[in-house]
Amino acid sequence: MRWLLGKDLLILRRSRLLVALLIFYPVAIALLIGFAISASPAKPRVAVVDETPPGETITLGGTRVGLDEYTKQLFSQVDVVHVPTRAIAESKVASGEVLAAIVIPSDIVAKISSGVSQAQIEVIYNGDAVEQSFVRSTIDATLARANLALSEQIKSVAVHDLNLLLSGGHIGPLGSQELIGLRQLPGTLKGIASRQPPGKDRDTLTRIAGFANLAANNLGIAADVLTTVSQPIAVHSKLLQGKRTPLDTYAVVVAVTISLMFLCVLLAAGGVALEREEHTIARLVRGLISREGLLAEKAMLAAVCAFVVALAMLLGVSAFVSLDVSRIGLWMLALAFGALGFGALGVAIGALAREVRAASLLAFLLSLPLVFLALVPSGSVATGLYDVIRAVSFVFPYKAALQALDAAVNGAAPSLGASIAHLLGVTLLFGVLARLGLRRAE
Amino acid sequence: MNARTAGEVLRVEGLGKRYGSREALQEVSFAAHAGEMLAVVGPNGAGKTTLLSILAGVQKPSAGTVSRGAGEIGWVPQQPAVYSKLSVVENLRLFARLEKVGDTEAAVARMLEQTGLIGRAEERIDRLSGGNQQRVNVALGLLADPPVILLDEPSTALDPGQRERLWLLVSELAARGTGIVFSTHIVAEAERYATRVLVLEEGCLLFDGTPGELARAGGGGDFERAFVSFLAKRSEHAQ
Repeated sequence: MRWLLGKDLLILRRSRLLVALLIFYPVAIALLIGFAISASPAKPRVAVVDETPPGETITLGGTRVGLDEYTKQLFSQVDVVHVPTRAIAESKVASGEVLAAIVIPSDIVAKISSGVSQAQIEVIYNGDAVEQSFVRSTIDATLARANLALSEQIKSVAVHDLNLLLSGGHIGPLGSQELIGLRQLPGTLKGIASRQPPGKDRDTLTRIAGFANLAANNLGIAADVLTTVSQPIAVHSKLLQGKRTPLDTYAVVVAVTISLMFLCVLLAAGGVALEREEHTIARLVRGLISREGLLAEKAMLAAVCAFVVALAMLLGVSAFVSLDVSRIGLWMLALAFGALGFGALGVAIGALAREVRAASLLAFLLSLPLVFLALVPSGSVATGLYDVIRAVSFVFPYKAALQALDAAVNGAAPSLGASIAHLLGVTLLFGVLARLGLRRAE
Repeated sequence: MNARTAGEVLRVEGLGKRYGSREALQEVSFAAHAGEMLAVVGPNGAGKTTLLSILAGVQKPSAGTVSRGAGEIGWVPQQPAVYSKLSVVENLRLFARLEKVGDTEAAVARMLEQTGLIGRAEERIDRLSGGNQQRVNVALGLLADPPVILLDEPSTALDPGQRERLWLLVSELAARGTGIVFSTHIVAEAERYATRVLVLEEGCLLFDGTPGELARAGGGGDFERAFVSFLAKRSEHAQ
């Protein structure tokens, strides 16, 4: 087998363009996908027409909130382009200079301050279905955030006023006027009543004291109710298994696994298909090497080459992204078994395709969808479709290799051992398929 | 290479090959001798390549026996089975090592000399002419100095000049005592080079004799016409 390995390495050395393509193409694809996963999206450019008079404030229960506070929240998620008129905003949307325009009407302050009518802003947008969907979801999310900020301000004003009503305090200019609180009223009224002679006035005062007590007790929980209403659901996160994986290190894992897969599958498939194309398989398997040995040699060669490139990628990336290099032993384990799985898939493709071009095409046609299927999160598609995706991902080595490397690099679940066992199963499956594909040597 | 004495170098008994319900070979038996050039002829689909593939050990027979193992038989497939990105000498060296030939370099040198490829030894296969590629193909079949060599339609892709040189090389091998079994659909080659002819049709061995005997069995005259006539007679007889 070593002579055959030496021959394959010699052929690779003489195919420099092919080797360069085999390394740089998957690395480029991997980096693009990794960047797309980890990078936060750019802020969309949005034109804003503010028709409100400058310096206008919203008055809530005697407290003034600047409109700027609201718009600051509203525009924090977008790249604002201020324009003076609606017509200019519309022309910018039409020309595609901005993704959308937001018109803040002049009556917005009056409507918010009224507390009874709902204020409205207008969104103007254009583009195809994808752009429309993107604009709507961006603006909706931005508005939700701004509304939450505003309701927080309204809540804090309301809670302050409620506390004043309950506990008393000073109001008016410079706190000149003292206000007695509801909580003090029952005691005060009971004191006055006790000093009254028995009769109608005393009974009335006692009843008022009872009402004041009831009102104070019920208003006491109003602040909590307001907090709940302003933000009905708070998020408490709990990860079921493994540890939380940062998006950038996960992107590294995805990128490296993609490189590992492309390089390994293409090399292994090409290696076997080349033997067929050169008509040498028949010469080899008539006693010089067994079919199993031939397949193992191609898979091992591809796996070793892909392993070296993928490990170099991981080590190179670790200079820029925080990776725990002390886990390198686990990285190597995950990469080695992942490469074996991909090598088996590659030789199966090569054995079935029978010629190099067909094998390369089949390798691409199979590999790319596998990457995207493995990245589809549960819940993002219909249950039935997700089950199909999961089954397909389970049968091919990409997802298992991704999980193995994620476990090795990030300590994510499922465990490295489980993923390696999965990869061994997949390797066996494609090894058998490759052997069947090589049944006829001519 | 040592000159071999006359004698049986290959015996085939009751060879059969079945693909599903189709019988590709049925009860084929014959023997080949040292220095003999045995031509296997027959129409397309007669089973010539199947027979040679089984003798070469590339396929397993469904029935019957072959007296020698694949390792003792040289094989030259129909299309050159060589690595096009390697040079002539690299191909020879690789297969000599894979065949565990004792003295690799001596075997390579011998093959280069026998096939007249010394001047092309360092050239890559994909830069050689079809004729020279076929010479390398033959050289690979001879590396282990086998007592018998199988050539599957060796002249198919060659021009007349290349064909002539190839047959000269093969005839020299036979003259040195190597048993030659070759298949061909060019009947004239069988007449010109073979010492014995096997006629296969639909997997059955119809004739085993000299070219002269085949010509007589077909009614005499032009060999190709006699061959066609022989097949037609057999067909009528079968009906």
